[in-house]
Amino acid sequence: MHIVVCIKQVPDSAQIRVHPVTNTIMRQGVPTIINPYDLVVLEEALRLRDNYGGTVTVLTMGPPMAEDSLRKCLTFGADRAVLLTDRFFAGSDTLATSYALTAAIRKISETWGKPDIVFAGKQTIDGDTAQVGPGIASRLNLQQLTYVSKINGVVSDKNQIEVERRAEGGIQVLVSTMPVLVTMIEGSNEMRRGTMAAALAAAKAEIVTWSAADAGVEDMTKCGLRGSPTVVKKVFAPAARSEKAFQLPVAGKPAEEIAALLLEDLFQRKPAIEDELMKFASGQ
Amino acid sequence: MTTAPQAPKPAAPAAGGNRATMKKELPEHFKAYRHVWVFIEYEHGKIHPVSLELLGEGRKLADKLQVELAGVIIGEKADELAAAAQECFEYGADLCYRVYDPILAHYRNQSFTKAMTDVVNTYKPEIFLLGATTLGRDLAGSVATTLLTGLTADCTELAIDDERSLAATRPTFGGSLLCTIHTLNFRPQMATVRPRVFGLPDRQPGRTGRVIDHPLDMTEESIITKVLKFIPDRESNQCQLAFADIVVAGGLGLRSAENFHLVKNLAEVLGAEYGGSRPLVQKGWITADRQIGQTGKTIRPKVYIAAGISGAIQHRVGVEGADLIIAINTDPNAPIYDFAHVGLIADATQVLPALTEAFAKHLSVNRIAG
Ligand SMILES: Cc1cc2nc3c(=O)[nH]c(=O)nc-3n(C[C@H](O)[C@H](O)[C@H](O)COP(=O)(O)OP(=O)(O)OC[C@H]3O[C@@H](n4cnc5c(N)ncnc54)[C@H](O)[C@@H]3O)c2cc1C
Ligand SMILES: Nc1ncnc2c1ncn2[C@@H]1O[C@H](COP(=O)(O)O)[C@@H](O)[C@H]1O
Repeated sequence: MHIVVCIKQVPDSAQIRVHPVTNTIMRQGVPTIINPYDLVVLEEALRLRDNYGGTVTVLTMGPPMAEDSLRKCLTFGADRAVLLTDRFFAGSDTLATSYALTAAIRKISETWGKPDIVFAGKQTIDGDTAQVGPGIASRLNLQQLTYVSKINGVVSDKNQIEVERRAEGGIQVLVSTMPVLVTMIEGSNEMRRGTMAAALAAAKAEIVTWSAADAGVEDMTKCGLRGSPTVVKKVFAPAARSEKAFQLPVAGKPAEEIAALLLEDLFQRKPAIEDELMKFASGQ
Repeated sequence: MTTAPQAPKPAAPAAGGNRATMKKELPEHFKAYRHVWVFIEYEHGKIHPVSLELLGEGRKLADKLQVELAGVIIGEKADELAAAAQECFEYGADLCYRVYDPILAHYRNQSFTKAMTDVVNTYKPEIFLLGATTLGRDLAGSVATTLLTGLTADCTELAIDDERSLAATRPTFGGSLLCTIHTLNFRPQMATVRPRVFGLPDRQPGRTGRVIDHPLDMTEESIITKVLKFIPDRESNQCQLAFADIVVAGGLGLRSAENFHLVKNLAEVLGAEYGGSRPLVQKGWITADRQIGQTGKTIRPKVYIAAGISGAIQHRVGVEGADLIIAINTDPNAPIYDFAHVGLIADATQVLPALTEAFAKHLSVNRIAG
């Protein structure tokens, strides 16, 4: 089996700060990580390979420094890594991103064989759109299996795959024909630790690096800013509420008294709530 | 939607800024695109509430543009969909496009994408809104890519600018910033919105509208993915957090998994739903469907009680729609006091049981009296 995993290097958004005056992201010193949702699908890809045989190719589009994230994936056990990097890709929205990644997946397919499964993360923590996966599926005409919670099994010789998918109000059990595009929800598995040997090998491994031309991107007007139908018009900080919370005078009071204060305050602010609670309490 | 910048430096806003000054020239063939549409998510015999919320918001956009508001409803049975369409009219739709076929009994990406793109290509809306549910997100990405148009995910605010285009605002970088996004030169302008970001509009019983049928030109044999079965969530387990009137939530300030019972007990007395901050899910104190915030649920209760929650931005964006936010936190400088309405600087592990008892007592005394 050949499995392609799309990963993205993202700033660790827990550590991001916004400049109070210019409202721009202060990236200096903010560490980058592999998008956490991409690790879920990477682990799944490695498990499938270990069970059914085959290879795992990781792919990212990003600046040259994204190479670090690819190396990390090799440490976890991926077989090869491809970095798609070109200044023409800067400013891509999801439509332009899926266009570029699709070209790279076609090239991967020509070079190392057709993938049976393309994995993407459920979403990124910076873009946070969950659109790139479906975009790739539409463009490559792959069956799209999103929000998968479990891969029940693969019948390689029949190209069949059975998955459980988190749907609204329940779980859909689906059977499909590979090639498929799969995204998975968190908690589906736990990322393995890389081995020392793999880490040493990864440090020296070659990262296949492609420009737009190398990847055979046909139409440069579909890439980057030019190829993006959406534009960011304005970036701003969420408005602060004008006033802070009204503090109940609780200092030094026992809990019972504090509770009584809150009840009084609540029912005064929201008389309707008291009525509703009464109805609930009397079982209506 | 613009993903995070590829280049180092704060490229997205800056780059977007340059391009935002570009002149908008809508190609001639897109000028025929008119009207505001909402995808009506209809499954297991009912409309997902987010679709009705979007009809409320879509109505405002349509009125501003002086165009019609339409629902698009896809499913198996004509009569069921007709009843659902009637509900849409009562929530503000002027008409509904209906696609029915046995193939559409269950949601599948391939069949729904085909139905949706056919209707869009035939009737040409200028704005198309979908709920950011698992179904809506799965469908929106495919439809937008097939139509080669822009899609803005998880919007929190929708408006029309002076050039008649949709200004879609959404949180970015984990909620630290908001950005307003436009779709230049492409139609329809697509956006998804999470459940409970907008309130439910008032229902106008008896309001009517038109149903326009569109055929699904597809055979079952051509659909590659098959649904083997559907395992519904057990009703008793299903968490109604997003729709509860009262929500009690706990955070790391509770200090232990055992103490989380204090939250549950209070919720029980109030007939409320309970939830928590993300670290509690990571620690396994609560299940993932109870997480409140940017990567969990958005809630809009009448009353929200947050105990031992610091009020990080990712939590804040999920609760800001609440009418009344009551925070219990020992730290007077906790960020939650920046957006809560009422504060109690006290130990939640002591106040929660006292509150549970006080409410229980109040309710039983008054019930007997009443
Ligand atoms: C990409 C991303 C997405 C995220 N999504 C979410 C999300 O959806 N939802 C979410 O909640 N978080 C989310 N987070 C995490 C978020 O940034 C915060 O880390 C988290 O909300 C903090 O949880 P907390 O308030 O329970 O814990 P803490 O921040 O540790 O706060 C605990 C609070 O309890 C108070 N306290 C301590 N003892 C007591 C006591 N005895 N009585 C009363 N108060 C006490 C403390 O003063 C403190 O304010 C996300 C983070 C990232 C990076
Ligand atoms: N630049 C990129 N390079 C490789 N994969 C990407 C890139 N951007 C997004 N993806 C993939 O698409 C998924 C969803 O991203 P998003 O639509 O930004 O939420 C991610 O989890 C990745 O698997």
